[in-house]
Amino acid sequence: MKPPVFEYRDPRSLDEALGLLNEYGDDSSILAGGQSLIPLLNLRLARPDYVIDINKVPGLDTIEVLPGCVRVGALTRIRRLERDPKIRAVAPALSDAFQNIAHPQIRSRTTIGGNISHADPSSELPGVLAAYDGRVQLTSSSGSRWVSWSDFFVTVFTTTRESNELLTAVEFPTDQNFSYEFEEIARRPGDYPLAGVCAGISLDGSQVRAARLSAIAIADRPIRMTAAESALVGVDISNAAVRQAASQAAAAEINPMDDEHGSAAFRRGLVSTLVKRTLDRLAGVPS
Amino acid sequence: MTSLYEEVTQVPDGVPTRRVTITVNGQKRTVDVEPRLLLAHLIRQGLKLTGTHTGCDTTNCGACTVLFDGRPIKSCTMLAVQADGHKVETVEGMGTASELHPIQEGFKEEHGLQCGFCTPGMMLAAKALLEKNPNPTEDEVRWALSGNLCRCTGYQNIVKAVLWAADKMRDQQA
Repeated sequence: MKPPVFEYRDPRSLDEALGLLNEYGDDSSILAGGQSLIPLLNLRLARPDYVIDINKVPGLDTIEVLPGCVRVGALTRIRRLERDPKIRAVAPALSDAFQNIAHPQIRSRTTIGGNISHADPSSELPGVLAAYDGRVQLTSSSGSRWVSWSDFFVTVFTTTRESNELLTAVEFPTDQNFSYEFEEIARRPGDYPLAGVCAGISLDGSQVRAARLSAIAIADRPIRMTAAESALVGVDISNAAVRQAASQAAAAEINPMDDEHGSAAFRRGLVSTLVKRTLDRLAGVPS
Repeated sequence: MTSLYEEVTQVPDGVPTRRVTITVNGQKRTVDVEPRLLLAHLIRQGLKLTGTHTGCDTTNCGACTVLFDGRPIKSCTMLAVQADGHKVETVEGMGTASELHPIQEGFKEEHGLQCGFCTPGMMLAAKALLEKNPNPTEDEVRWALSGNLCRCTGYQNIVKAVLWAADKMRDQQA
């Protein structure tokens, strides 16, 4: 038997789930898609007293394309999201990011809420949420609150979610005429990326009104590259030198770490390349 | 009804079990399981369907791939209790020795296996692909199999086997 002993609870309503979280809090783990939790249980790195399986909670697997945002219920699986034509129509970079998450079998199970609340800095969605300036809904027995991505992610596997709260929805704003591109580099398809970039710009003609650039797998949490963003504001995106300057600014402002998958210098180079490629595409120029 | 008390592991006194009913390869199976039992282990040890292999227990290798309500999943990262009321298809449900599934035939024709450890998972991932996309490109086959590791073949012949099966299945449809 691989996982340690735990008590299993499978609430049938949101109220019941929140009641269990209130009661067990830190002694419990929430089981959604299980693609992070169950490996951790199998390796006995996680040893919760209670596993609260929320898969039978109704109403959490919603996809809503609203004016100004895409709002997704926490239990919605990536397999469904990556194929959703409504999301592809309004946020194609988001669809691209979904397709880059792990392998088909894993995407059959992984949920958006589980992926984001696990807060793995190498995972695509937290970084994409940062570029979209998105937010998450946290719900407890005493009500719901919306928390912006920057107030949610703290460090590796750590968020500001309280132990009695459940992440119930994720919102990606789609207003302000922003266009986005996403690209990552991984050694094999489906692997965690060595680096990833999500870039969004809002244009007035070819002049950049605002830019949002996030980097994935570079720090202990998803980050925005604000120096590169500032370098873009007010400039003409069709000018290749401007895009080059932004990619250099991005490389200069990040502080990646050396690890067994690649050196800091290597990752800096990858981010620079990815910023250049995504901006080229946003400018309508083939890389 | 099969009791898994002895067959899978000794359940300590006072550890609760759950009764679950799972349709495995078209047949309803009702078993009592400890909640921490993995679906892969229920299939292998409880139901004695040893065609589903376990390699890594951490969603890396894909050897334990089964179809869950028709979708490919890694059965080492789902609890058996979570399969209650659902349909599971394993390699044993694909064909028989005398009547191979076209995908199994493809692996035979194109030498798509050597040691065979990854093969059941590969074939089920391929089946999920071909049911959705009967005429995949080579890239689409590689993408669909990206969650399955093979340490023998170098993948070339596995991809050929799936494309062979796709051809044959389209011919059968025509």
